[in-house]
Amino acid sequence: MNRRMDPTLVSLAAALPVLLVLGYALPDWLTFYLQVSLASGLAALAVMLQMRAGLVNFGQGLYYCLGAYAGGMSGHFLGITDALVLLLLAVVLSVAVSFIVGFLVARYREIFYAMLSLALSMILYGLLVRAEALGSTDGFNLPSTTFLGYAPEGQALREAGYVFTCIVALAIAAAVHRYLRSPLGAIGEAVRENELRVEYLGASPRYVVHLIYVMAAAIAGIGGVLAGISVGHVDPNLAYWTTSGQFVFIALLSGTGNVAAPLIGAFLLVMIRVYAVEYSPYTWQMILGGVMLLIIMFLPGGLWSLTRLRKKGGLT
Amino acid sequence: MLTYVAIVLDGLVYASWLFMVSVGLTLIYGVMKILNIAHGSLYAIGAYTAASLVGAYFSAGYVPVLSFAVLVGAALAAGLVCGLVIERGVLRFMYGQDEVLMILVTYAIFLILEDLIKVFWGVSPYFAFQPYGMLGNFDVMGLPYAGYDFLLMGLAGLTGLGVWWSINRTRTGHLLTAVIHDREMSTAMGVNVKRVYTVTFVIGATLAALGGAFTAPKISVTPGIGVEVIVLAFAVVVIGGLGSIGGAMIGALLVGILRAAAVHLLPEVELFVIYAVMALVLAFRPYGLFAAPEARKI
Repeated sequence: MNRRMDPTLVSLAAALPVLLVLGYALPDWLTFYLQVSLASGLAALAVMLQMRAGLVNFGQGLYYCLGAYAGGMSGHFLGITDALVLLLLAVVLSVAVSFIVGFLVARYREIFYAMLSLALSMILYGLLVRAEALGSTDGFNLPSTTFLGYAPEGQALREAGYVFTCIVALAIAAAVHRYLRSPLGAIGEAVRENELRVEYLGASPRYVVHLIYVMAAAIAGIGGVLAGISVGHVDPNLAYWTTSGQFVFIALLSGTGNVAAPLIGAFLLVMIRVYAVEYSPYTWQMILGGVMLLIIMFLPGGLWSLTRLRKKGGLT
Repeated sequence: MLTYVAIVLDGLVYASWLFMVSVGLTLIYGVMKILNIAHGSLYAIGAYTAASLVGAYFSAGYVPVLSFAVLVGAALAAGLVCGLVIERGVLRFMYGQDEVLMILVTYAIFLILEDLIKVFWGVSPYFAFQPYGMLGNFDVMGLPYAGYDFLLMGLAGLTGLGVWWSINRTRTGHLLTAVIHDREMSTAMGVNVKRVYTVTFVIGATLAALGGAFTAPKISVTPGIGVEVIVLAFAVVVIGGLGSIGGAMIGALLVGILRAAAVHLLPEVELFVIYAVMALVLAFRPYGLFAAPEARKI
């Protein structure tokens, strides 16, 4: 053994049995929030992937919503209920749309990237709220999901959905981690640092940004279809800009240091909201905003950067 | 024929409203390079201040005509207080940061303001309908239009003219132009850039509040009105070119007329059309219709 095992991959692999055990040990409402936060955590992971290349996407909800609707519509209209097929459809749709849109988006950086992606997600929102066949602003419900012919009901359905979500989310996180450690993943960071020099070195920043955009779209699409399966309902608010804002918030809060950070950050946000809504319903956004300002000012690397401080012995 | 008259008139009414709510945004970006997401909240705060002041004014039984002055006063008060607090309290510590990071900063401010509004005014709707009915109705080729809408049009024109005049024809405006073009050089020449930033932000905030204050009589003021406004203002400003006052006017007219056309001819695409225009303009003119492209820096 001349190479040490990658600690992140080992932790992700170890997290699966832990999550599955938790699924049986914890009360139902908590596993439900865990499941939902894994789904939205994937969308935050997609935002973080772009953040590592210096791009802030204020419209990731576009693909989150697209994935959720792709899954929902095939279930609702075509009667397809198999989770794997829905997942595949969501990925195919997200990749197809983002590949075409990517030719446009990949030309932009900084605020123009943020604004253009916001506009694109609002286009989808504008279309969906007026689509009466899809329930306009109310959205519609999804039929119960099946898993490779296994059609559970009631409690068993919830458990199967939870297990499925855990497996998919962790697998995606591991794949993203492998990508970020590859040469291609390293170019993403180089684009953030200095795009012109990347061009001098012979790589194409536009190609890299396009690729990152498509990958992020696929991940957010998967997050969307998982969210649809978890909640059993989809509505146009998934594409509204405040939903995307939340993903940006999670990515910023948890930092870009590790692929696990946005998944954990998403769960923290959900739990904060659950308790804040109970104790101070009118001030929880204010608290979030305050935390965000503090993070930007004092902890630009996000909460995850605290772990690195500890290793260096900088934090006593 | 009548439909087209309606489209043009509705479009103009909507365009003047759009211009009112987006001119502050483009001004702040032009000078400070900050894309202010909290702009929508400032608009909402203006609307709330106006609604509660107008309500108090009418229940006290003063002269009704002067309620328009109350609207302006409400906007000035809201803009001055919020603008100063935000700029002095938060933004000044962030100058020199990345433009993208500034979006996140103003997004955090937006989250804070949205809840502050709920804490201050609660969640039940406010009404300030009295000024709206005071100017009566006009008939344009048989179509009834509220006099208040024409007042809005005039106000938008006046605001545009005022901003243009102060930038192009006054000493302060020339200093502002200098700061826009080269911040460091103007500091070296003795311009107090910090004060220029503070004043610009306060004026931008006041313009947002003014837009809100004059919208208040037309709507019921409820939580969340600012969330919608900010994306509309973005669309208008991006179409015209970030930082260009004339661009905001053209953007507002374009979006206003197109939306009115959509409402009358094809109601299904009403919201879609606004953002589609924005995406289309960006596809061909990345910096908007009226902004000069910037050279890449090594």
